[in-house]
Amino acid sequence: MTDKTLYTVTVYSENQVGLLNQISTIFTRRQLNIESLSVSASAIEGIHKFTITTYSNRDMMEKLVKQIEKRIDVLRAFFYTDDEIVFQEVALYKVPTDKLLDDSHIEELVRKHNARILEVNRTYTVIEKSGHTDETQALFEELSRYELMQFVRSGRVAITKSTVEHVSLFLQEQQYRQNQL
Amino acid sequence: MAKEKISGAEALIRALIAEHTEYIFGYPGGAIMPVFDVLYDYRDRVNHILVRHEQGATHAAQGYARVSGKTGVVLVTSGPAATNIITGLSDAMMDSTPLIVITGQVGSSLLGSDAFQETDVVGITQPVTKWSYQIRHSEEIAWAVARAFYIAGNGRPGPVVLDIAKDAQTGLTEFDYQPCQFIRSYNPNPAINMNEIDEAARLINQARKPFILAGQGVIIAQAEAELAELAEKADIPVGCTLLGLSAMPTDHPLYKGMLGMHGSVAANIKTNECDLLIAIGMRFDDRVTGDVNQYARQARIIHIDIDPSEINKNIRCDVSVLGDARAVLQALNPRVEPARHTEWLESFAPCEEVEQAKVIEPEIHPQKPLMNMGEVARKVSEATGNDSILVTDVGQNQMLSARYYRFKRPRSLVTSGGLGTMGFGLPAAIGAKIGAPDRTVCFFTGDGGIQMTIQELGTIMQYGVDVKIIILNNNFLGMVRQWQALFFDHRYSETPMLNPDFTEIAAAYGIDGERVATREELDGAIDRMLSHKGSYLLDVQIDPDGMVFPMTPAGACVTHIMLNATEKYE
Repeated sequence: MTDKTLYTVTVYSENQVGLLNQISTIFTRRQLNIESLSVSASAIEGIHKFTITTYSNRDMMEKLVKQIEKRIDVLRAFFYTDDEIVFQEVALYKVPTDKLLDDSHIEELVRKHNARILEVNRTYTVIEKSGHTDETQALFEELSRYELMQFVRSGRVAITKSTVEHVSLFLQEQQYRQNQL
Repeated sequence: MAKEKISGAEALIRALIAEHTEYIFGYPGGAIMPVFDVLYDYRDRVNHILVRHEQGATHAAQGYARVSGKTGVVLVTSGPAATNIITGLSDAMMDSTPLIVITGQVGSSLLGSDAFQETDVVGITQPVTKWSYQIRHSEEIAWAVARAFYIAGNGRPGPVVLDIAKDAQTGLTEFDYQPCQFIRSYNPNPAINMNEIDEAARLINQARKPFILAGQGVIIAQAEAELAELAEKADIPVGCTLLGLSAMPTDHPLYKGMLGMHGSVAANIKTNECDLLIAIGMRFDDRVTGDVNQYARQARIIHIDIDPSEINKNIRCDVSVLGDARAVLQALNPRVEPARHTEWLESFAPCEEVEQAKVIEPEIHPQKPLMNMGEVARKVSEATGNDSILVTDVGQNQMLSARYYRFKRPRSLVTSGGLGTMGFGLPAAIGAKIGAPDRTVCFFTGDGGIQMTIQELGTIMQYGVDVKIIILNNNFLGMVRQWQALFFDHRYSETPMLNPDFTEIAAAYGIDGERVATREELDGAIDRMLSHKGSYLLDVQIDPDGMVFPMTPAGACVTHIMLNATEKYE
């Protein structure tokens, strides 16, 4: 694999047990490492949406998406490069409160990174930041000097910039197909 | 009035009957006993074939499905039975064979507790099935069976697993069977795109050297007549994949032989000389293409297939047409203009002459006392009027019987192509005979392959199945030996086999047979085998030095063809 781009794969599926397993083995079989994964109910009732990121090339992505769509309970699968989507991640940082208070930069830090403080107690403070990986990473690096206790970053969520809603169209087509029977 | 309630087990059997299931290949055990108990009451409506190992049940169901076009049904228990079916599922997935495999499962309250004979069937089988589903409530059974038949048999066929928890078998349910006709997330028969058809027709009408590659998709779609129509109308030669064999009669003037590693010289050479490849219902397996970077680079490629994931998977095409092969050809053929490609067709002859002289003649008319596999296969084929069903195992016996058998009708070859499963043949032959009782079934195997599933001789005995068994016996694992001879400096690591007397083993199962040691005995033995009522076993002693040629070494260009151990086609 020469060109190594971060691709975002979105999968729309019926809400069936074992779907995640079916999808993840398609990545595994092609030695594609899943960088991040997020699964939730979609805007359409009864349909789940998977957002998966992986480094690969276009040729592999075309094949991968078809293999995913081949699974019976998958409705549609797509892949995108970063310029085709609006995407976001959220990160949580747990830092010792006393270390934060010893430092006068806390306000500057929160302002600069557009972060939020979710909880403060005597032991720790939880800070939240949403953004792209490089942004949450930048805050991570700055907070590291406060002896970060925990750090977690979510999988990517993404919305396409396309003006056509392909899944809705697909569902309309299927409705038509069913009506023809 | 309240509707009648029946057990989940009975709902299962009634659902199978509603789907016109005539045969179930299976093996009972703890977690599926409620279903076998119901089966006892339905003995007059559905036949159960008790195999000797669950793997055999899957291969028998595959053989049944491949000759009949119907969905094969397997019924086994949980745990070890479920792990024993994996090879058959994988084989059916690779070779697009419609199967429904029903496994028993421990009671739903025990799931995940490592209960006796529990295994994660859905988890294990998902990668090798079209659909795998666990049923935990008896009410789901009718719905799941309907869906299973729809998925297994439509689109590109394949295996489906239904894993039924024991309490779903015993629980009561109303039964109102509705066949499945629609799944929102799966459209098995995509509508034909007429733009694609027009584009394909345009390429065909422009082509001066077109070549058709026909695969099993033609047979599955029953598109043999449409294939012949296209070939004849535009005067296009046809090569078949291993699984596509019998899609066109062997003696059709436009039929140019098998493609691939052990295919005909002409079919492979012309792949890299044609100006248009028309691939129909085939998937450009590496055994067909050899090195993909040197495969048909000079040609435009039209790929007709029902499975979108096959398009541009191994070989990039210029025009793809998604759909059932028959529907596509019915739309395409009227747009194809009649043409003559006399010069192009004549250009196949030099390849054919070389192959005839250097490969075929020495194989079927050898000037040596020891017998060849190819000569035995050709003799058996001719003795059956070239109209029997050939079932093979895997290895030299498979390639040489496929090469030298001749076919008149479709669905005349049952073999394990994609997975290459040794031990496939004997149970598949049993299933083939049950699926096509009016046809003679000749099963070619090796001394290695037969011993992988030899216990199925017991199934033959129990049901009096009539399978003609021809062991091409060289006391070696012949195909591995061939590679050792050609590529591993004749180092025969673990390929010699000390074998039992196969005729005595057959005799112990009440199956007649004979050992054929010399060429003089062969014709008589074949006659005795074919005129014998019931199964018969020929243990034919074969030259261990025999090899399958032509041969394109794995990963080499499709035109790199060995005619024998020392000579390459130039």
